Amino acid sequence: MEGNIAVGVNMQLTKEEQSIYDGEQGEVLQKAMEILVALGQIYDAEKLIPIKSVQVAGVSYKNLGRPGIEFLEWWVEHGADVKAFSTLNPAGIDLKRWKELGFSEDFSVNQQYIVDLYQKMGIVPTCTCTPYELGNLPKFGDHIGWSESSAVSFANSYIGARTNREGGPSALAAALIGKTPCYGYHLDEERMASSVFIVDAKMTRDSDFGALGVLAGKETKKGIPYFRGLPDMMSYNFKQLGASMAASGSVALYHVDGQTPEARTRNMIAEANEVYAIEDLKDAYAYLNTGSEKIDLVSMGCPHASMEEIMIISQMLKGKSVKVPLWITTSQATACQASSYGYKDVIEGSGAKLITDTCMVVSPIEEFGYDTVATNSAKGCYYMQSWCKVRTRYGGMRQCVDAALTGRWSE
Amino acid sequence: MTEFTGRLIKKGNASGKALVSRKPLSFLGGIDPKTGNVIDRESDIYGESVAGKVLVFPYGKGSTVGSYIILWLKKEGVSPTAIINESSEPIVCVGAIISDIPMVDKIDISKIETGDDIIIEGNKVTLSKG
Repeated sequence: MEGNIAVGVNMQLTKEEQSIYDGEQGEVLQKAMEILVALGQIYDAEKLIPIKSVQVAGVSYKNLGRPGIEFLEWWVEHGADVKAFSTLNPAGIDLKRWKELGFSEDFSVNQQYIVDLYQKMGIVPTCTCTPYELGNLPKFGDHIGWSESSAVSFANSYIGARTNREGGPSALAAALIGKTPCYGYHLDEERMASSVFIVDAKMTRDSDFGALGVLAGKETKKGIPYFRGLPDMMSYNFKQLGASMAASGSVALYHVDGQTPEARTRNMIAEANEVYAIEDLKDAYAYLNTGSEKIDLVSMGCPHASMEEIMIISQMLKGKSVKVPLWITTSQATACQASSYGYKDVIEGSGAKLITDTCMVVSPIEEFGYDTVATNSAKGCYYMQSWCKVRTRYGGMRQCVDAALTGRWSE
Repeated sequence: MTEFTGRLIKKGNASGKALVSRKPLSFLGGIDPKTGNVIDRESDIYGESVAGKVLVFPYGKGSTVGSYIILWLKKEGVSPTAIINESSEPIVCVGAIISDIPMVDKIDISKIETGDDIIIEGNKVTLSKG
């Protein structure tokens, strides 16, 4: 048994970890270790475990404000430098085209400063919520320390990696130490489904997965859902289903019978479970469609659009012109590639914009004065309705593109 | 004089008068970071100042930005001198750690009243009725 570090701390730390906790390796590592140990205390972790990578949230100036900047300055001024490979969540603006898109100078300058602070700590400034598209790609069973609820859900469910739903500061602390407290989704027994959803509803449109997520997330809350009866899914279907449940509930892990990797290796349903039947998705669509028929803006790419989605959307837009602004959000890296493959020219030739680094959820969209925004993201609807005070229309990629071409929403 | 033993969240020594809320507390929108005054009208300590007090409440709630608000209070010199929770959650605990505010949880806070004198040493809490 390694030494008990301090009276009132129940975790077992190694000598190295204890030395960090005691401040023998500087203030930065001590604070980071104190955060990890405190979280371990709260959630009854017995120890820390090494992690392969980190996804750091807490980037948008809209959410951080001045206090968040002071927090980040402290780490940078004290020489913080990450130990684990770490990528960064989206910012509040397109870091290159903010002026052209109408973001305010004050917001943009502060936003760039925040991203610079993170980069100084060794975090790759990917500014995306889909880090797995940019090489932050753990393998099945890997322990990781990720924030960003949709990415957490994708990594846990689609990949079968293991992470709790970290907050910005706890992810940063994990990145600096290269470890995370071992509790929750890091443990086999905590990954079993608590609810089973038997889906009888017809899943024919890509938007049906986000809609299903609204119903399942509300029922499951913090638990783990297991889905039966789903058709063969595309990766973007998993992304939308997970993002939706992370917004409507706090779902950080789900299983799909015969499709997600853990559900293919062993039984993932807990003995005590509740069974729900999903007959149709009407309630979900009603909840997500609060806006008018007249559309002011169409937003796609929440979570950030993959190359596959960008290609699909560019094919729909080829040779056409949009009537209302259509914003497709993705990472700079993906947009760069899309540009070299010619998709960006097609998209922007229609008048739509391929916007990078940000998304509707974290940008100061309320400043633009829109009434109704159409989107293919159920998660986006949740946050736009609450934080951004705009009304929403929800449908698949085809419906959203049509809305941009006509300026009207049609079922 | 009563002694409690809790669970250590942020180690340190501190003392001061207790300010006790029986309700979960949100720092973002709940406390003015420039003055330390409680501005949440739903709070049972609305209008009180947390500055220099041992702030006692069941647990934190609300936005994760609350952690940064605690740091802001510290920078303005109007932070609580220590925090005692019944059962802490990550927002307040991260805030206490980055702001160097001693913090303990797993304490029966029903035994503490506003105005009591409190001394915190590590995970030990000593209370004298004010």
